[in-house]
Amino acid sequence: MPVNPDLAGRVFPPASPYLVGREKIREFSRAVFATSPLNHDPEAARAAGYSDVVAPPTFPVVIQEATLAQLLAEPDAGIDFSRVVHGEQRFESSRPIVAGDELTATLTVASVKSLGGNAMVTARSEIVDETGAHVVTATSTLVIRGEDA
Amino acid sequence: MSTAPDISTLTVGDVVAQQTYSLSRDSLVRYAGASGDFNPIHYRDDVASDVGLPGVLAHGMLTMGLAVQPVVDWAGDPGRVVDYTVRFTRPVVVSPADGAVVEVSAKVGQVDAEAGVVRVDLTVTFEGATVLGKAQARVRLA
Repeated sequence: MPVNPDLAGRVFPPASPYLVGREKIREFSRAVFATSPLNHDPEAARAAGYSDVVAPPTFPVVIQEATLAQLLAEPDAGIDFSRVVHGEQRFESSRPIVAGDELTATLTVASVKSLGGNAMVTARSEIVDETGAHVVTATSTLVIRGEDA
Repeated sequence: MSTAPDISTLTVGDVVAQQTYSLSRDSLVRYAGASGDFNPIHYRDDVASDVGLPGVLAHGMLTMGLAVQPVVDWAGDPGRVVDYTVRFTRPVVVSPADGAVVEVSAKVGQVDAEAGVVRVDLTVTFEGATVLGKAQARVRLA
């Protein structure tokens, strides 16, 4: 089944809120070779004006993940996960994520394009905090290789 | 916040950071656990081979995640990176015994003194070829 072009513009229900833990930020920081004291040490983070440890710039992918799972599971999407390649990624932040944040992500399919035998789906997840204020937008472009590609 | 680099001293083309990262299979397992991305092409040779890959690959998001760290260290605060974008153009194959070495070079691509924002362009290479395209971080310095 090819990728459904009618996906473009579709907005998914918000994912369950994600509570950002201090140890999760530390674990993720170690995994991406992040050594800034602000990623690991609450005292250093407070001294720099934050309420707790600060997440690395790519941490929002952890929160975005649940929304991409919604997209891949959409019955009429026609996205075969075994043919998906991650093409592009972007994070646009209004403020950094810190431990203690409770964040909610909502996915919108920004575009569906055909290119050669492949399809390109751009999915934008808007991540807001418990007050509804924008924190970061995580945008993924997924390339779905065609049957013959 | 800690002291940021002085934007008035920066010129397009300045190399602000360089770093070399050695990835092992352990690095991939660690990233899988931390990120929740358990696609087996990142830790199982048989699965990677079955889908036609040259070997087990590093997660693209691991490469993206580590490539910005020299910029974070230069800027002095991870919160100063306000926009970060990459294209994944070539995979990083991680050998079970020898791992993989990824090199990152960060240079000033644009200075917007009025907005207090600098665009830093990243060159990320593995075995002499770039693995990320159009890798750009916008950093707020003032």
